[in-house]
This record gives sequence, structure tokens and C-alpha cells, in this order.
Amino acid sequence: MKTTTMSKIVTAILLAGICDVGLMLVPSMVGLTRASDHPKVIEIAAKQFEFTPSQITLKKGVPVILRLHSSDRVHGFMSKPLKIDTDIPNNATKDVNVTPDTVGDFVVICDRYCGSGHGSMRMKVTVVE
Amino acid sequence: MRSLAELNGEAPAPFSFVQLSDTHVGFNGPPDPLGTKAFESAVATINGLKNPPELVIVTGDLTHDADSPDEHAKRFKLFKQISSKIGGAQIKVVPGENDAALDGGDMFREFMGPTRYSFDYRGVHFIALDNVSAGRPAVGAEQLRWMKSDLARFPKTAPIIVFTHRPLFDLKPEWEWFTSDGDEVMNALAPYENVTVLYGHIHRENFHQAGSTKMYAARSLIFAFPDPATTPVKKPAPFDKAAPFKNLGIRRVNGNVDGGDLQIEEVELATAEFGGTVGMDQMLKHGNNDSKDE
Ligand SMILES: [Cu+2]
Repeated sequence: MKTTTMSKIVTAILLAGICDVGLMLVPSMVGLTRASDHPKVIEIAAKQFEFTPSQITLKKGVPVILRLHSSDRVHGFMSKPLKIDTDIPNNATKDVNVTPDTVGDFVVICDRYCGSGHGSMRMKVTVVE
Repeated sequence: MRSLAELNGEAPAPFSFVQLSDTHVGFNGPPDPLGTKAFESAVATINGLKNPPELVIVTGDLTHDADSPDEHAKRFKLFKQISSKIGGAQIKVVPGENDAALDGGDMFREFMGPTRYSFDYRGVHFIALDNVSAGRPAVGAEQLRWMKSDLARFPKTAPIIVFTHRPLFDLKPEWEWFTSDGDEVMNALAPYENVTVLYGHIHRENFHQAGSTKMYAARSLIFAFPDPATTPVKKPAPFDKAAPFKNLGIRRVNGNVDGGDLQIEEVELATAEFGGTVGMDQMLKHGNNDSKDE
């Protein structure tokens, strides 16, 4: 990570979209920031009985923040292979840090029972090299 | 070998009971348009057994969930009405997520009694375990403590049957076929040499052994699920009009407390009364068309 180039860092900051604007204005400080401190943020909306988007693609070994939001009631967000297991509170946002370590397709399910369509509330996470 | 029978003074005796699962009373429509017909057939099948059981256990999803509490209450009443026709047997139930996950088990307790308890039957210790009413697949620390203290008074050789809704191991987590703290339950059971776990939820037969603990999933009494190993996306098996009760059924468990494995016997449902196109067409008229997948 110490050999990270400036362009990579700037890209990471742009992707993250949540970085302190100050860092963008003071390039000399950027060198102190590692890309992994500012992972990309992916927003996922949960409501009965679906996640939106229903599919995302992540890179193996690259940390991301999944920003989960529920608009109707509490839902779950669970995948054993991705090591994710959290609740998404109603009308609130929950951040989950994920660094996938295996390439493949993984299913994330709602594991907080939310009604009769609960059994089909799921999304797909594709992890590529 | 010291058995429970010797402890509580009951004479060791062969025993037999029946397991039903996943009746989903109130469900109607694709993929299974027959509503409670398989459940009613199961009742008739039990009553027709040569040695009718004195005990029937039901491993969850007695009712299908309903948005309105009034409708859900009707479904519990209908479950009780149909199951009360089983002659001469006491019925012991545990909740499934459809019964108890939205309200923490309040309505289940109102109609059916506690969501977890234990009792002795013919020298066997039965533990009813609730892994649904927490709203997620979990038993919970408090119930786990209760189970451990319930077990503590028995010798390691006591015959124990745990019945619950969801699998206590990772059968297929991405289909929600697991219990998040199932490992802790299994660890608590591990020192006991004669443990059988009976469960439902997966709407198909399954056998799995961990140490000396044997775990059997029962078929459902409405829409079966296919084999997850060969099915990419969780979806019930399609309805077959020519074989309406295909992959559904009940289970008879035969045992002898003096040791030896329980004998698990899968019993097919009597379909004679529903034979012929006319009978089938009449049954199909009952369906409305809300499509649900669990
Ligand atoms: Cu949900």
C-alpha cells in the first residue's frame, strides 16, 4: 500500500464519494491516506420483499462499504461466505464493511422474517478477480 | 445401560409416534392449489394406521402467515379444528417462522401454548425448541440456558428427542436452512449419546448426523421443495396434478427405550379419496391465486 500512486488514491477518493473534501484541496495530505481507508460505497435499498439493486459485482480483496437502508421495517442481510450478518433497522441506514476473499456468485438473504414473501427476499453478489 | 425409563419408574416399552410438519394452513394457490387437503389426508392416514399413535408432534409452520391478525387467528383455529380429528392422540407442536416470527410468538402462545417446553413420553425425554420467534433463525441465549438446565438432570445415556422447526446445522444457509446459534445447541447436546433431532421447514426429507446425534427433516403437507444441490434458485417444486401429494407425507417414529436406533418410517398419504379427474378438478376450484414461495 505504501507504493500506491497518486492517481490510484485520487480514484479511490472519487469512488468513495464520502471523503473529507479538505483532502481533495490539500494534495500534500493525500499521501497519508491509504485507498483502503476510503472504500467505495454501494447503496442497497431493502423493502418487502426485495433488495435494490438485486445484483452487484465486487472485486476480490478490495474493501467496499455496503450502505444498507430499509424503508418499511427491519430486514436482515446475511451471507455466510461473505461473512455478513446484520439487521437493517427501519428507516435507518447501516454500513457494512466487506472485503470479499473468494471469487464466485453469492446469495445474500433477508434472515429477519418480514412477512409471507420473506423466503424470496435475496440478492446476488458476484465477486471477480 | 441406564435409561430414562429406569429413572422415572416407567417400565421400558416400545413406543411409536407420528411427526407432521409444515401444514401451512391458510395457504392457497400456486404452487399448491390444494390448501389443507394433504393435511386432512394426513389426519385420515393417521386414523387409519394399524396401531394409531398416542402422540403426534408437529414441527412448525402450522399456519401460513397472514398480514391481518384476524386472518392469522382464523388459520390457527382451522389448524386446531383439523388436527383435533386425530383420534386419541395428544398433539405437541413447535412454531415455524410463519406462526411466530412476526409477533414474537404471541398468537402461537394464545392458541397453541408455549413455544418451548419439555416432557417425558414412554421413557423418552422430548424437548420442544423454538428457533423462530426471535424473528431470525436463532434459539437465543436465554433458551439455550433453559435447555442446558433441562438436560442437566439426565444421564448421558438418556434417550432424548429434540423437535424444532429449522435445521440446527448449516444445511443451506442461502435458502435460510440453518439456525445461527445451532452450533451451541449441538454442543450442548453432544455429551448425550442417544439424541435424535426431528425438524421441518425444508419441505423435504433429509438426514444428517453430527457425532452421535441424528437429525431428520420431515416432508411437508403442502408444496415440497426441490433438492438444493441441483436447484440454482429457491423455488417450490411444481404442482403435479396427476400426483397431487407427491413428495408430501408423514413420518412414523418407532423405538424401544432399551437402546437401538429409532426406526424412521416415511408414510405416504392416502390419495384414494382424491382419485379421478372429477375429484381433482373440484379440489382445484378451492384455490385463489396468490402466489407465495414459502
Ligand atoms: Cu425482509
